[in-house]
Amino acid sequence: MARIDSAAPKTGDVAGTGGPLRWLDSQKNRLIVLTVLAFLAMFLPLISSNYVLEVMTTAWFYVMLCLGLNIVVGYAGLLDLGYAAFFAVGAYTTGILTSHFGVNFWLTIPAAVLFSICAGVIIGGPTLRLRSDYLAIVTLGFGEIVRIIARNLEITGGASGLIGIEKPSIFGFELNQIFHFYYVFLILACLACFVSYRLQHSRLGRAWQYVREDEDAAEAMGIDRVAVKLYAYVIGAIFGGVAGCFFAAKMTAISPETFMFQQSVLILLGVVLGGMGKIPGVIVGAFALVLFPEVFRDLGSSRILVFAIVMLVIMLYRPKGIWPEKKS
Amino acid sequence: MSIQDILLQQLANGLILGSFYALVALGYTMVYGIIKLLNFAHGDLYMIGAFIGFLFLSVLSPLIGDSWVGILCSMVLSMIAVGLLGVLIQRIAYQPMLSAPRLSILITALAVSMILSNAVMAFTDGEYLAFSTDLGYEGLEFGNVFVTYTQMVLVGAAALLMTGLYLFVHRTMYGKAMRAIAIDQDACRLMGIHVNRIIALTFFIGTSLAASAGIMAGAYYGSIHFFMGFVIGLKAFTAAVIGGIGSIPGAMLGGLLLGLLESFGTQIPFIGTEWKDVFSFGILILLLVFKPTGILGRTEIERM
Repeated sequence: MARIDSAAPKTGDVAGTGGPLRWLDSQKNRLIVLTVLAFLAMFLPLISSNYVLEVMTTAWFYVMLCLGLNIVVGYAGLLDLGYAAFFAVGAYTTGILTSHFGVNFWLTIPAAVLFSICAGVIIGGPTLRLRSDYLAIVTLGFGEIVRIIARNLEITGGASGLIGIEKPSIFGFELNQIFHFYYVFLILACLACFVSYRLQHSRLGRAWQYVREDEDAAEAMGIDRVAVKLYAYVIGAIFGGVAGCFFAAKMTAISPETFMFQQSVLILLGVVLGGMGKIPGVIVGAFALVLFPEVFRDLGSSRILVFAIVMLVIMLYRPKGIWPEKKS
Repeated sequence: MSIQDILLQQLANGLILGSFYALVALGYTMVYGIIKLLNFAHGDLYMIGAFIGFLFLSVLSPLIGDSWVGILCSMVLSMIAVGLLGVLIQRIAYQPMLSAPRLSILITALAVSMILSNAVMAFTDGEYLAFSTDLGYEGLEFGNVFVTYTQMVLVGAAALLMTGLYLFVHRTMYGKAMRAIAIDQDACRLMGIHVNRIIALTFFIGTSLAASAGIMAGAYYGSIHFFMGFVIGLKAFTAAVIGGIGSIPGAMLGGLLLGLLESFGTQIPFIGTEWKDVFSFGILILLLVFKPTGILGRTEIERM
């Protein structure tokens, strides 16, 4: 499985993690754990109830979103506070094209990618030249703009949103059961892992790392920092857009309230929680994000408060996340 | 009403809105100027200011009533309380992060903002609270334009606070120390300035100005809500950028300009009130493209 392979660093000689995770240092133990996890992920629908499947599907969905944001925040070190906007762009593209124009679901994906790229360039283009703080607040504003536009336009269904989005089908086989979507999102998450991993170890990935660590030095080494950041921003946008398409297809209904500021913060928290820039860390973070409120249901609406306190404590005591990337 | 009257009425509305923006923008710009931190929690401190002011007013109103005297007293108390809260936040959350990467401190600020707004949400169950006051609706009529005394006093109070701040920053030793720290922190330390104390003072002043705006807005609009700081935080940042971030007169100018632009902007056909926020963010983005240093800001030269 691509996800598992890509998630495991191919080195047996990494420096010790220390603590309770030390036994994971050996490559053999790592493989055993990953194989068990992979089997669990593959055969979960056979053994679990619909409730568990629903939660796990959401978890894989957040894995994809968090990995997308991780490219922007973790790899390139840019703070994006309006990531839900790209997710909204994808979801509304699919929603509008399928319900108003009767376009096949699979054809809406390229359209969503295109719109996400445009949105990414419009927002990233002017702001990435400036200090990174500006990007944070402009993305925050952008997230609000997209939500307000979705609320006020007729084509997006206004405040009540779009309903009755057609479920997709593959070769005449309609995806309508929860376990269909479980596999769809599992595959998407694997794909996102694979792409993230390849990007991290590409020329571009190394450029992101340089820019993140020292922008001036990176520029002195001949890296075009604006272009490199823009790539990160746009690729992150594409992840969010594609995730949005499938979200719309699964839910069959979308409304502007799904794409509130809190949504962007949640996705960011998933990235920060596990450790920015590290794929297994982000996956753990995304799962924690989805499973925590399910386990502690009594918390209700104050879960964001708990999340925020956790985020503050992590930043103060473990600024690299629970499971940080090892420095070479 | 003729076009002229509508424009005059919008001028009055814009000035009030602009005063609120300017007061909040000042805190942004002061904190940014001194430690280069974008304090996301600033808008929430505005909200906390409104709530604490509300609390004080409910306690005080049986004694001194909820008219001008009551509001003024609770405003002063709330400014002190929120100012201290701002210093506390700076000490707990921002001080240890000053040498950390920029991304970490931004996320910390975001976490503080979320904690403040969600804590208030938990206390109030997310409900709107009625901020009842006894200010009356009397006022003066200028031609066809009616301006209440409340509106005049609000703008006057904001102007007074801003003048006071300007004099403080430019005429006192503390103000001089603030301006010096914004230029070079290490040199200030060598010159015997208590840098941490001045940073704390900056936080105190910045957040108490936001709190004053919060309670004035609460009294003016008549209701408060845990989410009221979010949009104004964004707008105030926009105002600070319009004026040139780091510049105190710039924040005042930017706040007033944004307030006026917004109230006139809603009069343009096709831009109704529901598009008001989109309109001001659009201004922010255009500004960042064409003049990122703002009106009164200086080009930043980065030293290696």
